[in-house]
Amino acid sequence: MSKIIIKLEDISKQYRLGVVGTGTLSHDLNRFFAKIRGKEDPTRKVGVSNRLDTIDGQYVWALRDINLEVGEGEVLGIVGKNGAGKSTLLKLLSRVTAPTTGNIKVKGRIASLLEVGTGFHPELTGRENVYLNGAILGMTKKEIDSKYEEIIEFSGVKKYAETPVKRYSSGMYVRLAFAVAAHLEPEILIIDEVLAVGDADFQKKAIGKMQSVSRSGRTVLFVSHNLTAVEQLCTKGILMQNGTITLRGNVHDITSAYKKISVNENDLKRSGTRLIEFQDYRMTNMEGTKIDEVFLGDDFMVSTVAKANENIDYTDLSLDIRNDSNEFVGHITNADDLFEIKKVDKGDTISVSVTVKNISLAPGTYYISIWLGNSYGTMDYIENCMRFSIKQGDKFILRPYPFDKRAKIVLQSKWNFK
Amino acid sequence: MENENIGAMNSPQDDDWTMIIRPKRGLLDINMHELWRYRDLIMLFVKRDFVAKYKQTILGPLWFIIQPLLTTLMFTVVFGNIAGISTNGIPKMLFYLSGIVGWTYFSTCLNDTSQTFVKNASIFGKVYFPRLALPISIVISNLVSFFIQFIFLLCFLFYFMAVGSDIAPNINVLLIPVLIVLIAGLGLGFGIIISSLTTKYRDLTNLVTFGVTLWMYATPIIYPMSGIPEKYRIFVLANPMTPIVETFKTALLGVGEINYLQLLYSFGFTVAVLVAGVIIFNKVEKTFMDTV
Repeated sequence: MSKIIIKLEDISKQYRLGVVGTGTLSHDLNRFFAKIRGKEDPTRKVGVSNRLDTIDGQYVWALRDINLEVGEGEVLGIVGKNGAGKSTLLKLLSRVTAPTTGNIKVKGRIASLLEVGTGFHPELTGRENVYLNGAILGMTKKEIDSKYEEIIEFSGVKKYAETPVKRYSSGMYVRLAFAVAAHLEPEILIIDEVLAVGDADFQKKAIGKMQSVSRSGRTVLFVSHNLTAVEQLCTKGILMQNGTITLRGNVHDITSAYKKISVNENDLKRSGTRLIEFQDYRMTNMEGTKIDEVFLGDDFMVSTVAKANENIDYTDLSLDIRNDSNEFVGHITNADDLFEIKKVDKGDTISVSVTVKNISLAPGTYYISIWLGNSYGTMDYIENCMRFSIKQGDKFILRPYPFDKRAKIVLQSKWNFK
Repeated sequence: MENENIGAMNSPQDDDWTMIIRPKRGLLDINMHELWRYRDLIMLFVKRDFVAKYKQTILGPLWFIIQPLLTTLMFTVVFGNIAGISTNGIPKMLFYLSGIVGWTYFSTCLNDTSQTFVKNASIFGKVYFPRLALPISIVISNLVSFFIQFIFLLCFLFYFMAVGSDIAPNINVLLIPVLIVLIAGLGLGFGIIISSLTTKYRDLTNLVTFGVTLWMYATPIIYPMSGIPEKYRIFVLANPMTPIVETFKTALLGVGEINYLQLLYSFGFTVAVLVAGVIIFNKVEKTFMDTV
């Protein structure tokens, strides 16, 4: 392994819950008295681990005993659900706030991009803001002088460099802000979700720039919910859950572990009257084995078991398929097939399965939602409860190259040449 | 490639870290070196304050002069003519203006720096730079406005000298740079103490604005030192701004005399406040984002 450039030793961070400002004086006095008597800080004990739904103390540990070493040139992706402690970790590294316990040791300069355009002033011109923002991010005036042309060129707002940024469109504003950030040259770069700005074109440019930064041998820590971006940029990753690092390794292992926990945990969005409700659902191959992966052109089955809590005259069942970006790409319902689910008595259990033939969505990751309901409304709806991926295989696409990423479905085709 | 190899050879050993982030830092562990490295940022903040303040105003920098001028006129009418407070024979306008110019620098420094943390929370929450850079930039940009007002005051002074008023600027004007440093130091010191305390307890913000106004009345701005009854003298003299303002007026107007012992007291007070301020500020800046 290469030289260690960042080292975190037993890092913990405690936050106080609720409104700060009421009762803090008494807490402070409490702490102070404990300190002068040489006792342990009384507020340390009441902290609970960071389970957002089970908080009963007044203090919460956003991070608990983090130990981490990052080698030189490593591009590390940090993934985890909201509240897992990712942003807190980045805040500690970028010195926005200090840890409660532990040490962080660093070799070299750190620049952090927790947001683009920090400190931009609307009355200042584009040029003045480039200088101000660059200096806030840690560049000297000389460094900015030497990069100014490049920055303005990259941002594409050259014509408006002498116009106050309050006259900019939001797109121009973001592009200029990102351009400054992208031209930082620290040994260590910390990035938090900043790629989630601008239009598709600009995002592409941003990702490209980030890739070239990460290939230039710099150490990069990257937090994002956009798993595609994480996989594109990073080689290694860590998975954070409830304030601790639960997994460290190859980026693909990390993202797939993250996908699993993000579906498996009891945070499925479920709604409806539950006059009839799903008891089980699974995706299987034609032999009935549970799967989460199919090849393009394959057939597969979705089987559901539902129980009626009341007498039901009729119900429809449908499946929605969404892609990674939560775009609605497919809809299947029994009504389309003139298949009817009628007269279910209270207490009865029904099993319904549907076969999807020759799946022709573009290779990628998809989520299935299931719905039971009728013209009176939704009885049970479970959002994105099954995740599966479609691999390219060799049924529809014969050449050994990846299918064009821009396309969403694969059209079967036949070619002629005379 | 060669450069990289050289870099690797010179690279620090395993225990040779360039930075260690710890939960708490020592009381006097103040990184002046780092602050110096960010001097460009300080100057850019000064420029920003300046540009932003007067953009889209018709009168622009004239506002620097309008404010003390109107205050002076007001004081002349109310305190000079209606209340009839003595000005020791100095033309009233000149007497008030000289006090106001010095005081304004102090009060703007104090008011503006006392909001450092609360006002800049959004920047501080996103990026690190030495937090002291902001209050220092405020003191510098207020210094610029002070100079403009000071030149305006000098114009007044020369006018009154030309029309033959009994005023005599003297050798003590050489003390004025020292006075400016003292005013800046006091304003900065008090300001950063208050800004550090307001991160948790906002009560102080309410106190500051009118507190500074009240403080002015405890300083010989609208009255001469000689006009104070003996039994209240001690309170006015306990005010560290008193010797500064008195010396300032004496140097420019030539009335009254300079008490070096009192000036020394102001100096000591300034140093103490500034040191206390930097220590408290330094302690708070690490974790204020959690409480602000």
